Amino acid sequence: MSEKQMQPTEGSKPKGFEPQIVAFFCNWCTYTAADLAGVSRMKYAPNVRIIRVMCSGRVDPQFIMKAFAQGADGVLIGGCHPGDCHYSTGNYKCLRRMRMVQRILQRFGLQKERFRLEWISGAEGDRVRAVVNEMVEQVRKLGPLDLPGKMKKLDEELAEHEMHVEPAREAAHV
Amino acid sequence: MSEKPKVAFYWCAACGGCDEAVVDLAEGILDVVAAVDIVLWPVAMDFKKADIEARPDKSILVSFINGSIRSSEQVEWVRLLRKKSQLVISFGTCAGGGGIPALANEFSREEILKYVYETCPSNVNESKVRPGPTPVAHNGDGSALTLPELHEQVRSLDQVVAVDYYLPGCPPTPKIIAAAVGALLSGKMPPPGTVLSPDKALCDECRRKDSKPADLSLAEFKRPHQMHIDPEKCLLAQGLLCMGGSTRSGCEALCPEGNMPCTGCFGPTSRVRDKGAKVVSAILSNIAADEPEAIDKILDTFPDPVGTLYRYGFSKAMLRRKQDD
Repeated sequence: MSEKQMQPTEGSKPKGFEPQIVAFFCNWCTYTAADLAGVSRMKYAPNVRIIRVMCSGRVDPQFIMKAFAQGADGVLIGGCHPGDCHYSTGNYKCLRRMRMVQRILQRFGLQKERFRLEWISGAEGDRVRAVVNEMVEQVRKLGPLDLPGKMKKLDEELAEHEMHVEPAREAAHV
Repeated sequence: MSEKPKVAFYWCAACGGCDEAVVDLAEGILDVVAAVDIVLWPVAMDFKKADIEARPDKSILVSFINGSIRSSEQVEWVRLLRKKSQLVISFGTCAGGGGIPALANEFSREEILKYVYETCPSNVNESKVRPGPTPVAHNGDGSALTLPELHEQVRSLDQVVAVDYYLPGCPPTPKIIAAAVGALLSGKMPPPGTVLSPDKALCDECRRKDSKPADLSLAEFKRPHQMHIDPEKCLLAQGLLCMGGSTRSGCEALCPEGNMPCTGCFGPTSRVRDKGAKVVSAILSNIAADEPEAIDKILDTFPDPVGTLYRYGFSKAMLRRKQDD
């Protein structure tokens, strides 16, 4: 709670809504692909905040929860293709976890387009561009998730009662 | 006589099991009663709210509060007790993380009230009366008769007032209660905010731990009634969803001792931020399948994901509740 929430971009009203997507890319494949997209001067939507992890298997489902809880509109995970994991099985572990994470997120009421797992190899810079652009458009259509705002609003029901609790009462009969 | 420290017990959204756990101290309760004055204990003694309101602030040494917070009345009570107490101890898993009542956060208040008071097949409520702060009747003297308001969100105690210590468990075991009371009376309390139970995973004190294989491989999740459970072997290795690996120890592995998997009532250890997500991370990476369809088939045998993963701590889930997205 004490940690700083993601700053909403200028004018994050639904009209000029710019989705903020947190992306966890594995060092060996997808991050390299994003790098390739960069050096190839490909242009893609600037709405992703890429976090480099050593392996998609390093992405603890808690990271995803935290990203959403602090204001992300979507979370994207990129790892090596099955069979290509630098650590041999990290991406399989990731896949197993994320199949359940997707189920849980839907039970929490989130639309499934807000969460995505993609295998992108180091040679597929163009795939990074395509996936990011597609996801940004999908999330843009869904609109802001704004969990920090929703949670703040939820806690107003506590403040309301402060008023009819606090006034001093005379000690009634004992 | 009046020199004895004052102690209060209070319950919010709870089943009464936590109060029962105090009685379970058996003859140990006599030592407690001899050492303190109980000034409030709704389940067992007749004290009124006015008695507490009449006390000076901070005049109660410690309030043990159990149950989650889901109504305006409970908010009022715990704020009152916070004001009158030097220490507030969150007692049991409902106060600590929301407990079973917090599973209501998977539904909106409207869904719950509508079902319970209107559409439930056994109901007759033609005028659709609901309990709440809007007066539906009057007292004899003409004053309005109202009921507390149900909140949208079921909360843990520390989401409403500051909490000094936590006693985990559903309910806390006599052993950890006695240890906490002993520490309190001797004045040897750990730093505020501490959970008064060892900060290790339950597996650490489980008799079956040596039979846990280094590499788990889960081809199916079984439920206890579907199988004969080997009383010696690690429950996870038998395909049962045992939460011991992500649950705080302190209960001395009561459930695994009784041949049942741990459901996680002692809550997470201090390193865990989101209990459900952590269990997914720890256990589900061991599913014996590599293809999405095969993984899904195994996951289909996982009973009630949210209810299982967040059974006792839904209020503390990072995403907090079911959202309208």
